[in-house]
Amino acid sequence: MTDQDTRVVEALLFLASEPLDERALAEAAGLGEADVEEAIEELLERHAPGASGVVLERVAQGWALRAADEAALACARLLDRLAQRPLSRAALETLAVVAYAGPVSRPEIARIRGVAADNPVQSLLERGLIEEAGRSDRPGQPLLYRTTTRFERVFSLEEGRHSLPRIEELGEDLPSADEVRSRLEAMAVQEAVSIEEPGPAAESA
Amino acid sequence: MELDLEPFAGPFDLLLALVLRDALDLGEVPVADVCLAYLAEIDAAGEIDLESASEFLVLVATLLELKIRLLLTPELVEELPDAQEAAEELAARLAEYARVQAAARWLEERLAATGPRLFREGPPALRPPRPILDDTATGDPADLAAALALVMERAREEAEPIRMLRRRIPLLRLLDHVRRVVRTRGSCTFDEAVAGLDRGEQAAAFWAVLDLIRAGEVRARQTEPFGPIRMRAAGHAAHDRERGAAA
Repeated sequence: MTDQDTRVVEALLFLASEPLDERALAEAAGLGEADVEEAIEELLERHAPGASGVVLERVAQGWALRAADEAALACARLLDRLAQRPLSRAALETLAVVAYAGPVSRPEIARIRGVAADNPVQSLLERGLIEEAGRSDRPGQPLLYRTTTRFERVFSLEEGRHSLPRIEELGEDLPSADEVRSRLEAMAVQEAVSIEEPGPAAESA
Repeated sequence: MELDLEPFAGPFDLLLALVLRDALDLGEVPVADVCLAYLAEIDAAGEIDLESASEFLVLVATLLELKIRLLLTPELVEELPDAQEAAEELAARLAEYARVQAAARWLEERLAATGPRLFREGPPALRPPRPILDDTATGDPADLAAALALVMERAREEAEPIRMLRRRIPLLRLLDHVRRVVRTRGSCTFDEAVAGLDRGEQAAAFWAVLDLIRAGEVRARQTEPFGPIRMRAAGHAAHDRERGAAA
């Protein structure tokens, strides 16, 4: 591997609008994958945070350049992104359903969240975080949605969806269905007792 | 009372908050007041937001169901048909939803921790979009003009109006026709009465039969769908005798 090879790989990454894996880079550069890996090692140093305004990162199962954090605000001004509002809770929940259960249809999202999903789905589509992924073979053949590469880059997921934590790891205090059920019943019993109690008292009075 | 459902992302969210945080004594929630407050809100808004209205309906229905459970003794709740199944389903869905919320929280924290990510976006640079014209096309503007002319010509053909003649069906004459056939034969089927007439006239003849029935001149019977319609004159002697015998 020569310095020139490194510069070629650098140019490829500069040009690409999507993360590239070693194979794609090797193919375009006319290099072996081992050479590409070496070039990336070199480029990771050259484009490390603090060393360059353009940072090379592992994301979405590939390699991609992005603006350094310190330049983000200026870049956002250039791209007129400042006006973008943060994701609503409904949008975040919908995104979570699509990321973990996708491809998934709008009715399915609504069933899981217990509320219509039209607005959050629309907002996520507009932000390019989810995209259409064919149609379900369920009645009505609703459109299916999946998360995009953009989602993986925005959320900095190195190996794409594989980098999402497993649901069980999300929290120790997550209630199981049985627990929710017994809480519901406990509430019911407690209430029933407190409602029954005044009964005999009223009779005796 | 004041009603603010905004902080909750949906009925499941509210229910889960109620069940897990014990923040509220469900028995004390005045569902009727909630409904009245909501109706007042709709009245004030002047128009109904169907989406939020249907969400509200689900919410109130779920609240009501829970309240009913609270008001009944556990033994009575057990006796409710499908109560067990419904409770299990509700619990399973709430537990599933709790996981969705946890995943959403993780995404939110992740986003806050990584900060804004800005990168080049656009069509994949290594795969240029497929050209619209294939290699066999000459690219001559004259070809384009010719193609357009062809399309315009076709559009003009398609736009050609179809002339339909307005048919005049002499209703009164058909009324007379049906009346005459039934009177002279005493009884006959509808098919026999309209033999020789075209579809439009047959349809009009059917109207005529209905009108004669209404006027009491004709009686008709059809024993099965699409079966023959038997008609006879209501004033016919044989018919009168039958009626007399029956009376």
